Amino acid sequence: MNELIKKLTEAYGPSGFEDGMRDLIRPEIEPYVDEISVDAMGNLIAVKKGDGSGLKVMLAAHMDEIGVMVSHVTKEGFLRFTNIGGVYPHTLMGGRVQFANGTIGVVHSDRLTDRGKIHPLNKFFIDVGATSREDCPVGVGDAAGFVRPFIAQGSRLTAKSMDDRIGCVVAIEAMKKLASTPHDVYCVFSVQEEVGTRGAMVSANGISPDVGIALDVTGVGDVPEARPMDVSLGKGAAIKVKDAGMIAHVGLVKVMKQRAEEANIPYQLEVLEGGSTDARSIQISNAGSAAGCISIPCRYVHSPSETVDARDVEASINLLVEILSKPIAL
Amino acid sequence: MNELLKNLTEAVGVSGDEKEVRLLIRDLIAKHVDEWHVDTMGNLIALKKGTGASDLCVLVDAHMDEVGLMVVDYDSNGTLKFEGVGGFDNRALLGKPVQVGPKKLAGVIGARPIHLLKASQRNSVVKMDAMRIDIGAKDKDAAKSKVKVGDRAAFVTEYEEIGPTAIGKAFDNRAGCAALVELLQAEPYPFDLYATFTVQEEVGLRGAEVVAYGIKPDAAFILESTPAYDMPTKDDVSPNVALGKGPSIYVMDRGTIQDPRLVSFITKTAVAHNIPFQIRQPGGGGTNTSAIQRTGSGIPAATIAVPGRYAHTPAMMINLDDYANVVKLAETVLRNLTPDTVKRNA
Amino acid sequence: MNTYKTLKTLTETPGPSGFEQDIAAVITEMWTPYVDSIATDRIGSLIAIKHGSGPEPRPRLLLAAHMDEIALMVKQVETHNDQGFLRITNVGGIDIRHLYGQLVTVHGKRDLSGIVGSLPGKMLPPERKDKPFGWEDLCVDVGLPADEVEKLVSIGDFISFRQPLRKLQGKRVTGKALDNRASVAAVTACLHYLQNRTHAWDVIVVATSQEETRLLGAYTSAYAQRPDAAIAIDVTFGKGPGTSDANTFELGSGPVLDLGPNVHPGMLKALQDTAKSLEMKVNIGTHSRYSGTDAFALQVAREGIPTGLIGIPLRYMHTPVESIDTADVERSGRLMGEFIANLDDKFLDKLAEGMMKED
Repeated sequence: MNELIKKLTEAYGPSGFEDGMRDLIRPEIEPYVDEISVDAMGNLIAVKKGDGSGLKVMLAAHMDEIGVMVSHVTKEGFLRFTNIGGVYPHTLMGGRVQFANGTIGVVHSDRLTDRGKIHPLNKFFIDVGATSREDCPVGVGDAAGFVRPFIAQGSRLTAKSMDDRIGCVVAIEAMKKLASTPHDVYCVFSVQEEVGTRGAMVSANGISPDVGIALDVTGVGDVPEARPMDVSLGKGAAIKVKDAGMIAHVGLVKVMKQRAEEANIPYQLEVLEGGSTDARSIQISNAGSAAGCISIPCRYVHSPSETVDARDVEASINLLVEILSKPIAL
Repeated sequence: MNELLKNLTEAVGVSGDEKEVRLLIRDLIAKHVDEWHVDTMGNLIALKKGTGASDLCVLVDAHMDEVGLMVVDYDSNGTLKFEGVGGFDNRALLGKPVQVGPKKLAGVIGARPIHLLKASQRNSVVKMDAMRIDIGAKDKDAAKSKVKVGDRAAFVTEYEEIGPTAIGKAFDNRAGCAALVELLQAEPYPFDLYATFTVQEEVGLRGAEVVAYGIKPDAAFILESTPAYDMPTKDDVSPNVALGKGPSIYVMDRGTIQDPRLVSFITKTAVAHNIPFQIRQPGGGGTNTSAIQRTGSGIPAATIAVPGRYAHTPAMMINLDDYANVVKLAETVLRNLTPDTVKRNA
Repeated sequence: MNTYKTLKTLTETPGPSGFEQDIAAVITEMWTPYVDSIATDRIGSLIAIKHGSGPEPRPRLLLAAHMDEIALMVKQVETHNDQGFLRITNVGGIDIRHLYGQLVTVHGKRDLSGIVGSLPGKMLPPERKDKPFGWEDLCVDVGLPADEVEKLVSIGDFISFRQPLRKLQGKRVTGKALDNRASVAAVTACLHYLQNRTHAWDVIVVATSQEETRLLGAYTSAYAQRPDAAIAIDVTFGKGPGTSDANTFELGSGPVLDLGPNVHPGMLKALQDTAKSLEMKVNIGTHSRYSGTDAFALQVAREGIPTGLIGIPLRYMHTPVESIDTADVERSGRLMGEFIANLDDKFLDKLAEGMMKED
């Protein structure tokens, strides 16, 4: 599984520019589903048919990652940029980014007069080795993703874009393991989550699911001086009760807990005070759906070193398989 | 004198109260379209049937509303309390004439004269809730007899042209409306073209949220006016877009990442036909594109805009060549658009 | 219908956003005698249908009042000196300044009474003394030992406020969740009114869920039902201490008919005409952008729905001492009932014509 995680996390795919990710994921999922399609916004929709006795269940794992977009090229060939999704200035200094055409850039900021303080984003720039506007290989409107290799140490896995390539991995592995299901499972690899869960919104409108389950990372409370929260790395899959964008369907949460307990899968309950997932878009689509989320606990979300625990990933896959292989009584 | 721009910008259509503009546009396009109707929110939706050469269905949108004010209460001295409809810089309001209500009563937004200000006050921005519209009513009852709570107030600026430049109010987005009217007045396109003149863009893209639902087009183009900040600066910073440098093409704003296939089709078309264009600086701002793109199960959408200085103030400025090139670029894009542009290898 | 009793039942039943089953059950019982069908949908909204007498297919009016209330949720269970304490977060727009010392019910394995407490101000660091308590200071105390709390309460459990409805002077009452059970009571009064009136249109009465968090029930029920027109009813700001500005209304001064971008002008006009025919005093309220009510969502369902908005003036919104005048509830019910009784087969055409007629 680590190989798949490495492959997906190291790939390029900022929000809006997920074509390459779609090409990577498609062959991984294709053998395990009955149908596959791409919608107008670029969501990859893989469908596994049920036996007709179950519900229409939509899964959503987003393929896109946070990134940057060039907003201005200076006379000297430096690039000013804006954020794609939640990019925090303090994670940027000295980092590297890559553009769609392969150009690598180094990120730095204007001189810091007070080293205790970090500049806002508009004081940062990217150096791609150009010397002028004319010889710069990228221009205004070009998007870049971050560059950082995947590492595994014990059960801890660190990479850029664990958010939400690890959710994609959970979806792929669960579909592999899922022998049969009563449900029509629409496994959506969604686009543009980081800029406002936009891909899941339109795919849910197209699918009109009864149940929507997002597979995404959640913040944790187990690092020094963290915002108080009862989710830790290594303690199991997190079942979302509430986040800043939605309240999960009470009945669905109950089903998730029940399946975890029956199968002895470690789980934790998640009340997240900042952030949300594709589930919020699925919940409010069309006539509404019972929406929830299996979250993979993740440290340092939206930094180039997002860290998860392999045991939680395993638990999330198993929990998802348990939920999908049995009837869902809401 | 561009009569179309003059008539459209001088009409009043504050968000939520666009009837005057809707009637004006209806009269401008009725002869050139096959069908038109008005939906429940007040969006004007017109169909110009295609030649049948292509089975695409394409939507082109321009919002008709403009930012303005709404009267919410009366003061005992006969002046009117108001709220902003759409986004404002408070500093744009002081000392401006306005037209109030359906009868377009003249009013002014006044303030305490500088002679009577304390030193500290001279350097602080007057907040909207401290400003009043004065229509010259002698007391509350006189004001009540002339203006109703809920009446909208708009800026008053007569359209004028100075060489290549035009000055007026509400180029955001009557410039887009004018361009769309011109597109409808042209020969039929290879496919059915739906033109939507939408309401309530300035208060959250509300008209656009419903307008594409029944049409379900294969692609959508949004004609807009985008702010230009090409004022003198010391630093080497992006001017966003500049007047006179051509139509501005969106790649990304706060609300949308534009469909990359359409963006590249637009820029390639511009290059092939020698139409100047500029990439609008990605980042802030938002247009109807975001609401239309996310209608139903998704619609490929992109934005072409006329750069305008001083948006959301009483007096905007655009370049007439930019405007003409927006019309030209939009028409060329439409005439060359094929299903391949928006097809996916599903 | 006894308005006070109705309100007492409605407000004292818990119904936090996302956890509306108890209040939905109470409303189901209340509405069943008046309607032809009633059911809860997938996300928890209650949808009742009362058929009209017109020929089929009948046009349909959707009446939406949200039934959910702002509340709290357990985010951590903490042990201190073998006692269990609950750390909390908000469900909906909580004004944190009001929390200290409130009585609450924790909806655990069984309902537990609790108090929102904090360390006294003097034990907090000096820089915090003159500030409102923050989430990190507050916890819900259910007065039980830690092991029992662990058994009964889990992360994600809802907590609702606990205040009985009380009578004030005249026809005024005070309590929790009058936002928006006052409107649910008004809708009930409307259904009662329609017992003695024929109406041509079908009426879809929806008690929406999760309005306080994201207008969820309004978006989804309007999509599913696709009505021809809709009215949202919610509370609006009453004049009172600290609120005398524009768009605040005297308690007891009648329903507030809203004007602004979320409202179809023809719907407003028709509501005004109805009030005139009843010789009922109404107020005009304005919103220049967002109304902050279900009307915002109803209006943009599918291809758009002509929507009206009625407000009931209420003081101290989003606190457990919300106050209203029951006369406004009764008048709003009558206004909606009469409006519905007057709907005919020309109504929609009139709305459409109004959009293109010069004033």
